[in-house]
Amino acid sequence: MLTRRKLALLTGAATTSALLFAAALPGSALAQTKTVVDFWHGLPQPLGGQLEQIVKDFNDSQQAVQVNASYKGSYPETMQAAIAAFRAGNAPHIVQMFEVGTATMMAAGPAVKPVYQLMQETGASFDPDAYIPAVKGYYSSKDGKMMALPFNSSTAIMFYNKDAFTKAGLDPNKAPTTWPELVDAAKKLKASGSSCPFTTSWPTWVQLEQLGAIHNTPFATQANGYGGLNAELKIDAPLYVKHVQTLIDMQKDGLFKYGGRDNKPDALFPSGECAMIQGSSSLRSRILKEATFAWGAAPLPYWPEFANNDPKNGIIGGAAFWVMTSPKRTPAEYKAVSQFFTYLAKPEVDAKWHMDTGYVPVTLKGIEIAKAQGYYEKNPGADVPAAQLTRTPTTENSMGLRLGNLPEIRNIIQEELEKAFQGQQDAKQALDASIKRGNTVLRNFERANKG
Amino acid sequence: MQRRVTFDNRLLPYLLLAPQVTVTLVFFIWPAANAIWQSVHLQDAFGIRSEFVWFENFTHVLSDPNYLDTLKVTVVFSIAVTVLAMGVALLLAVLADSKIKGARAYKTLLIWPYALAPAVAAVLWMFIFNPDIGSFGQALRALGYDWDYRLNGGQALVMVIMAASWKQVSYNFIFFLAGLQAIPRSVMEAASIDGAGPMRRFWTITFPLLSPTTFFLLVVDMVYAFFETFGTIHALTQGGPGKATETLIFRVYQDGVVNNDLGGSSAQSVILMVIVIALTAVQFRFVERKVHYA
Repeated sequence: MLTRRKLALLTGAATTSALLFAAALPGSALAQTKTVVDFWHGLPQPLGGQLEQIVKDFNDSQQAVQVNASYKGSYPETMQAAIAAFRAGNAPHIVQMFEVGTATMMAAGPAVKPVYQLMQETGASFDPDAYIPAVKGYYSSKDGKMMALPFNSSTAIMFYNKDAFTKAGLDPNKAPTTWPELVDAAKKLKASGSSCPFTTSWPTWVQLEQLGAIHNTPFATQANGYGGLNAELKIDAPLYVKHVQTLIDMQKDGLFKYGGRDNKPDALFPSGECAMIQGSSSLRSRILKEATFAWGAAPLPYWPEFANNDPKNGIIGGAAFWVMTSPKRTPAEYKAVSQFFTYLAKPEVDAKWHMDTGYVPVTLKGIEIAKAQGYYEKNPGADVPAAQLTRTPTTENSMGLRLGNLPEIRNIIQEELEKAFQGQQDAKQALDASIKRGNTVLRNFERANKG
Repeated sequence: MQRRVTFDNRLLPYLLLAPQVTVTLVFFIWPAANAIWQSVHLQDAFGIRSEFVWFENFTHVLSDPNYLDTLKVTVVFSIAVTVLAMGVALLLAVLADSKIKGARAYKTLLIWPYALAPAVAAVLWMFIFNPDIGSFGQALRALGYDWDYRLNGGQALVMVIMAASWKQVSYNFIFFLAGLQAIPRSVMEAASIDGAGPMRRFWTITFPLLSPTTFFLLVVDMVYAFFETFGTIHALTQGGPGKATETLIFRVYQDGVVNNDLGGSSAQSVILMVIVIALTAVQFRFVERKVHYA
């Protein structure tokens, strides 16, 4: 007779073998014909789906390589997952890493295979100069070699509510181009009844990092960290003090509203509450979907006395694709990765991604394709981000930031700004405190990553 | 007389113990040992370079004025959450224990919040208190009160305390209610006959007889406030504005996961571990003496 114990054993055995069988089947079938590449990304829906569609297009376009894309949570979570996997000897072939993780990845040494090296070793053709300089600069090493494959880049621009501008007696087709103009506009908006004339998303990225680049003013020593790990923050320069103090004063006068950290304030613009917002260019798709008023896009304003009326290019945000190493990696796998990257680097793929998602094109040819297809005529203002990124040759101060643990520094600055907006300190004190705390972070990073 | 179980097989007792010991080793001892190892090392994010630094991570953490601020916030937060969660739960339990219509419905409703994940609860609170989209937040602003927890540290702290306590009230309520129902009716009736009013009955009979429950909940709530409120804070304020709502456990996460500083984060975990062990020991040593086990 079948006892209960035997029955349990039998069931267990049956399930296990069924599972093993199921697991082994597709793997073995693929192993014979295709090289499998694991690709971890941090884009939520709908962007994640659009990225996975590109991966699928690549898989369908050839027979040799199968790329498996999987969503690993937000950017910081994806970074953590990749780091943990590397520590366990199981890193994915490719990981999408946000731009502030760049310094961490560059300092990772043997954990990362630089893209220029990968392309060289696998004999693939790869032209770094195909990328727009602000993008290329952000992901290049000190000696100008591409470390990662740029993919989804954004930059910071301004969106404004044309209806609110009209109501306040302002020209709806002319956004403020300088900060004094913006303050004036905010005053008129307030007078016309606006409870929030102006707000900003990503306070650190937009109001300090972009500000420095546009005004050709260093954010940190050592060429914003490109020159070495011993960089120190320089955000006590008159430009930053003047700018932050302006924001504090505007907030006191009801001209500026602090809407929270990172992209939290995004919601304030499409809802119609705030008349002007400075944030990521990728906010565009959300405004398109949600806003019930006429709106426009414009470049970030500048300070005439600091910019000499010659504002430089803005810097990028977004993410890039990094190749990770693992003890088990074979040359065939690297070859497969390079095939995938060659596909992604095509201007047509770049242009399609740009037009589908609102990220900026990362290649110069990608911009041309979008232009040729009449995308910018049909979507006024969609060319602002790329125009702002490419308007001048990049300088040492507008190439980007290469600072260790930049996410932590961004948070420190946000905390100090919050204290200032609460009235606990003025601009100079907030920036001095940020420098002091930020430099401690930089020194720790330097120590942990040297040698 | 003590009863002794004896085993014929000398191996069997160890075999029976093995699952529990394995769980403890894998989920408690091993991570704790790892944390201690990490806390005396300086490492890059990928673990490629590692350097033994003695207690440098600890001195670094303890000499950081922001860490001491966080400690203060944690003390205020934990005490407030514990007192609030226990006080409200006790009041509700006493009320639900009295003979009222629909007592069962009240009880069920009061237990509900416990089934909610902390992050979900926090999102609900956000929909209520957000100054722009929250119903109550908008109402406050309409009344002319400058409600904005994104910039006002005091308001932010009050909000996370309320959200965290609300979550724990249900749990406390169940235990208090069970404790109340275990108090013999005859004792209460005798006191009534002797002329003791409801307040006097509560303070001289109910409260002392409830002390084992109260003590148990005190320990559990303290641990809850220290460790399990992470989700609430993360979803509501991310520790801000400034560092107004940053508790020790939130900072451990922030430094370890977001800032990739494993050494510093581990040192903080070890400190936190010591604090909670000390706290629990103190509670058992001093508070338990006053507890009356029936």
